[in-house]
Amino acid sequence: MSVAKPRGATNTALGLNAFVVYLFFYAPILLLVLFSFSDDNIVGRWGGFTLDWYRDFGENDEVQSALSVSVRVAIISTLISVVLGTMAALALERFRFRGERVFDALLYLPVIIPDVTMAVMMLIFFTSLDDLIGLQVTKGFSTITLSHVAFSISFVSIVVRARLAGMNQTLEEAAQDLYATRWQAFRHVTFPQIMPGIAGGALLALTLSLDDVVITQFVAGPGSTTLPVYVFGLIRRGVTPLINAVSVVMLGASITLVLLSLLAQRARGGSDPVA
Amino acid sequence: MTAAVEISDVTKRFGDVVAVDNIDLTIADGEFFAMLGPSGCGKTTTLRMIAGLDFPTEGSLKIFGDEVGTLPPNKRPVNTVFQNYALFPHMSVLDNVSFGLRMQKVDKATAAARAKESIELVQLGGYEKRRPNQLSGGQQQRVALARALVNEPKVLLLDEPLGALDLKLRQEMQGELKSLQRDLGVSFVFVTHDQEEALTMSDRIAVMNEGKLLQVGSPEEIYERPANRFVADFIGQTNLIEGTVADETTIVLTNGARVAAPSDHAAGTAVALSLRPERATLTPAGAVEAADGRTSVDGVIAGVTYLGNALVYDVALDWMTIEVREENRPAGDRPSPGDRVAVSWTTSDASVVV
Repeated sequence: MSVAKPRGATNTALGLNAFVVYLFFYAPILLLVLFSFSDDNIVGRWGGFTLDWYRDFGENDEVQSALSVSVRVAIISTLISVVLGTMAALALERFRFRGERVFDALLYLPVIIPDVTMAVMMLIFFTSLDDLIGLQVTKGFSTITLSHVAFSISFVSIVVRARLAGMNQTLEEAAQDLYATRWQAFRHVTFPQIMPGIAGGALLALTLSLDDVVITQFVAGPGSTTLPVYVFGLIRRGVTPLINAVSVVMLGASITLVLLSLLAQRARGGSDPVA
Repeated sequence: MTAAVEISDVTKRFGDVVAVDNIDLTIADGEFFAMLGPSGCGKTTTLRMIAGLDFPTEGSLKIFGDEVGTLPPNKRPVNTVFQNYALFPHMSVLDNVSFGLRMQKVDKATAAARAKESIELVQLGGYEKRRPNQLSGGQQQRVALARALVNEPKVLLLDEPLGALDLKLRQEMQGELKSLQRDLGVSFVFVTHDQEEALTMSDRIAVMNEGKLLQVGSPEEIYERPANRFVADFIGQTNLIEGTVADETTIVLTNGARVAAPSDHAAGTAVALSLRPERATLTPAGAVEAADGRTSVDGVIAGVTYLGNALVYDVALDWMTIEVREENRPAGDRPSPGDRVAVSWTTSDASVVV
């Protein structure tokens, strides 16, 4: 196989371009990490190496409580949206039913409408519950989780549907022809086939939930705030390298998640899951 | 003897589209049966109804005497070799082949042992641990076959199983399928759009078009005595010479010639004489005596196609052009374009179709 290789000036220019692009991507991250170890109250001024900010991070009750809310919201909202999103994807991809197109369009709405609109919608929804059906909703953990589920479902179902669309539907028929019930066909054939999609969707949901500021800020209540919202609040009070430390921990968590999902997909290749 | 498959008055509609139009078909036990027709003729839908992947809108479908109308596929004693095989990509060859047995709750060791036997049967011993994407097209097709046969189906359904293979491999697999079917003694119901494949492999052929069953018969019956124009034209090459029935032994061709052609159609019926190119004989003009009992028409050679082992002549008659196929002969001995010739045949060489 021969690949055309750029030569001379073109090659140099391309190399330079790549270097600048990567610099643009990663320089801020490097600076962020670097100054999280700086022993100075002002971000951007190097005051020698220290782990104080990480100690702060570990000891600060507000940070810890925000972290715990973030993690719990992320896990619970991901679990719920993965189940619902996958079911929605299966329904849309496999069945023809009345109102399918409408359902399809509505399902993807959260992807295209601005965060702030979604946030206001959720806020109005929760407050009007009281007027409409007399249900009093206290803003806090549950409203944050429900809001995250509301937007994650769309992303999960997009990813799972893409995977389903690429799957040969005859496989399910073949399974049924080979004495599998519909459920067994799903469990032994469809599910393993769409698993990478589900894992990808879950990862996306987890990341989106951990990241979200705008929507969470609208539906969060006193005493329950997520880490990004807390960091956002900190910035208004003045930037300290504590923010850097918190950001580095979140960054580390994101990278770990991505690596784990890659490893999980790589590891599939063992034995057939049929027991 | 109970028929393997008995289809009575079956119609299948998808919305307004009639995919299968009121067909009756009986497939005997141990028969190699082909369903032949152009794409969209309803042959695959018929196969899917036998498999239980589609259900008839009307009519009755029996497998070995049991009505199976709306029984789901997993409750039927039949298995399918799918077009493009539909092997499970995330499972090894062994897991693919033993899938049906495991779903039937056969214990693991027995399932594995029987799957191994079946893999040996299709000559894929040693490939048990491979994934489908590590196999060639021909090997995948054997896995699909083993995966179906391991369940000892009472009827094996094959949906264009050789369609994705190249010509040489296809011919090889045709022979193997045929001998496999003979050894197992199980009915094979085989869907194809390839008339040559159907002719070489089957005991009987059903020709379908536009959802209708046009003719069922042995390859020879179908080829020699086609039921209508469509069948005559679809199976092999043929010349359709238009005419009208004069009486039970004669038809009048478009040019006014009266030719001997027995048929049981009423006088005045518009018919065509189906004359296979290889059954027509070419002689220099004037050499045939009408007294030989041969029908003869005069024409001029319009073109010659060289096929290696054979030659195909386009003969221009006054009102149409017909093809005549002859074995190859030395160059000096062939008629050439412009030569006046006579094309002749006996009544048993041609058949009358509506």
